[in-house]
Amino acid sequence: MKNRTVFAFAACVGFAVSALAATLTPSKGASLAVDARGFVHRWQLLEPIPVPGRLTEAAVQEALQANPLPPSPAWHTVDTANYNVNLYHFAYGLGKPTSNVLFWVTTTIESPREMTGIRLAIGSNAASRWWLNDEPVIALNDDRQAVIDDGVSRRLTLRKGRNVIRAAIINGGGATDFCARFLDANDQPIQDLKVITP
Amino acid sequence: MKSTLARWLLSSAIAGAAPVFALEGDTGIHDPSTIVVHAGRYYTYGTGGLPILSSDDGWTWQRQGSVMSALPDGKPGAETIARGGNNSWAPDLVRVGDQYFMYYSAPGTQPKSAIGLLVGRTLDPTSPDYGWRDAGPVVWSDGVEDSNAIDPGVLLDPTDGRLWLTYGSYFGYIRLVELDPQTGLRRFPNRPPFNVAINSEASIPIYRDGWYYLLVTHGSCCQGANSTYNIRMGRSRKITGPYLDNMGVDMVEGGGKLFAASRGRHIGPGHFGLLDLGQGVQKFSLHYEADLDRGGISVLDIRPLLWRDGWPVAGDNVVSGTYSIESARTGTVLELAVQGSPVGGFRPRRIPSGSGPPPPPQPGPPISNQEPADVAANWPASADVRLAPAMLQAQQKWTIAPAPNAGGYPGSPWFRISIAGTERSLTAIAGGELTTRAFAGAPEQLWRIDQLTDGSYRIQPRAVPGSSETLALSAVGSSMPTLTKFDPASDRQRWHLGAP
Repeated sequence: MKNRTVFAFAACVGFAVSALAATLTPSKGASLAVDARGFVHRWQLLEPIPVPGRLTEAAVQEALQANPLPPSPAWHTVDTANYNVNLYHFAYGLGKPTSNVLFWVTTTIESPREMTGIRLAIGSNAASRWWLNDEPVIALNDDRQAVIDDGVSRRLTLRKGRNVIRAAIINGGGATDFCARFLDANDQPIQDLKVITP
Repeated sequence: MKSTLARWLLSSAIAGAAPVFALEGDTGIHDPSTIVVHAGRYYTYGTGGLPILSSDDGWTWQRQGSVMSALPDGKPGAETIARGGNNSWAPDLVRVGDQYFMYYSAPGTQPKSAIGLLVGRTLDPTSPDYGWRDAGPVVWSDGVEDSNAIDPGVLLDPTDGRLWLTYGSYFGYIRLVELDPQTGLRRFPNRPPFNVAINSEASIPIYRDGWYYLLVTHGSCCQGANSTYNIRMGRSRKITGPYLDNMGVDMVEGGGKLFAASRGRHIGPGHFGLLDLGQGVQKFSLHYEADLDRGGISVLDIRPLLWRDGWPVAGDNVVSGTYSIESARTGTVLELAVQGSPVGGFRPRRIPSGSGPPPPPQPGPPISNQEPADVAANWPASADVRLAPAMLQAQQKWTIAPAPNAGGYPGSPWFRISIAGTERSLTAIAGGELTTRAFAGAPEQLWRIDQLTDGSYRIQPRAVPGSSETLALSAVGSSMPTLTKFDPASDRQRWHLGAP
């Protein structure tokens, strides 16, 4: 079963089957609820962009200025089987470099109501920048593991209806992945959100 | 008049040593009672007419006359004097229902002595309801028996509501009797008391997690810096004992594990009293026979009460110094949100190459500590705070120092928390978040640091703009500090202070 899923993803993106792509599949259905721990499983990913791979605050800013989100990005929309999105699997599956690269990612969250005092909570390997509805909310620098709830925003408002998360993740070397969820005013995962495919 | 705090700061600056604080204001007292909070104000009473010390914050204390001066003739009742004598020493106080029971020592020629009872409904001497009713002697010693009925200590057992009194001194046994919670007098006056310890003073039982602990004071008092007072303890599964120390020695046979001894500038700790502030914060009151920073007089102090391996441990209040502030939740440390520089400068990653074993590394000269002056030129004018792995870098070193003339809370003054060597001070902002700003003494820049019973710290701003809630520094993520309500069951709001 797993191999069939892998093949489907590989066929979608057009290269050889790889066990490393086992965690990602092409998105299926118009929407996908977050999981019981609040993690977002559907993302749109851009193919990795080569960058110097330095991870200081200044280097990350420089890389993003040099490689802004393209005006008409060609997204790969994928569902992840795990709480996190394995970007190493993604890049390797595409036959692209996995080190010294920048990934642009985005997703659209539908909230059943306005939620105040909530936080976006992410983990990323490695440095990353995050925006919610075009507002910068999280900045992580330096080489780091993707730890659940590593970078957490200040208190935010999630508006009723569509909310867009956008992020840039830069990897120096080795594994690269990220995870994201929202926490409520009591720092508990918000479970009644879903991702809608634009 | 130059404050004691200012003198400490001055001496610290000269000597380079961290000052230890022992409250402010009128702190002179001997044999203080357990501190009781009434209508938001802290009260304790001492020897010599039962002088009243009170405080609205637990840090700065004022003398408010004495209990005895509010009684007819200004002395114990006739029956108490007959059983003991015309003195009023070393009281202890407990609230039961809407009554306060104040037990006090009324010695004559020791060991002839009595424990008298006063009953009141308010501790506020300015209240129209203020007053004490003499309820007579509760227990006494006849001057011959192996006991000296002074130094009462009271426990209202949280498990069953029963009320107990211990008393005694250096003429034999420390004794325990049960009291009637309705009257404050003995419940079974014809039953013999329990002997629970021997030849000590200032006994008082406390309870925690299935154990009764008996705190007593050993050594000699009342000789200033020559006093050998020290606080010791034993524990028992039953209120009636036996109370054994950490080596299994019964306190009736002289046992007693050390709880607090002379340290630093304070000699002769005695007269333990539990001050439970709730939410996992416990403190204890005591007096030192001699405070060397106050000319060797006896003074009140309040210190953190910790628990370790089933025993209470005397904690120490935070002293001025430079600290790393590490999250118990994440292990990351609080830092100014600026790009750090490695201590000693950048250096290339060393990866052995070639065949054969690499040459042994050759030590170089010592690398100096990183100071803000080394790197702060690269810091932006304003910066928030975050959490990051400890790297010994300048943006991770916090100086904690008392804020001048800002008052305090039980045991400590309000602190400022600033990046060492800078004016960048931790500041609470609207929305319950954090940033750094130049220190201006604003309430949102004043911090209360309470040591919790596990030894970690709770850190709270005095005020948060736009909020009336009391919030605490919290690790909401590995890299993100914020302010939230304190949850004693969570590591989010527990912090370790250590050498950076």
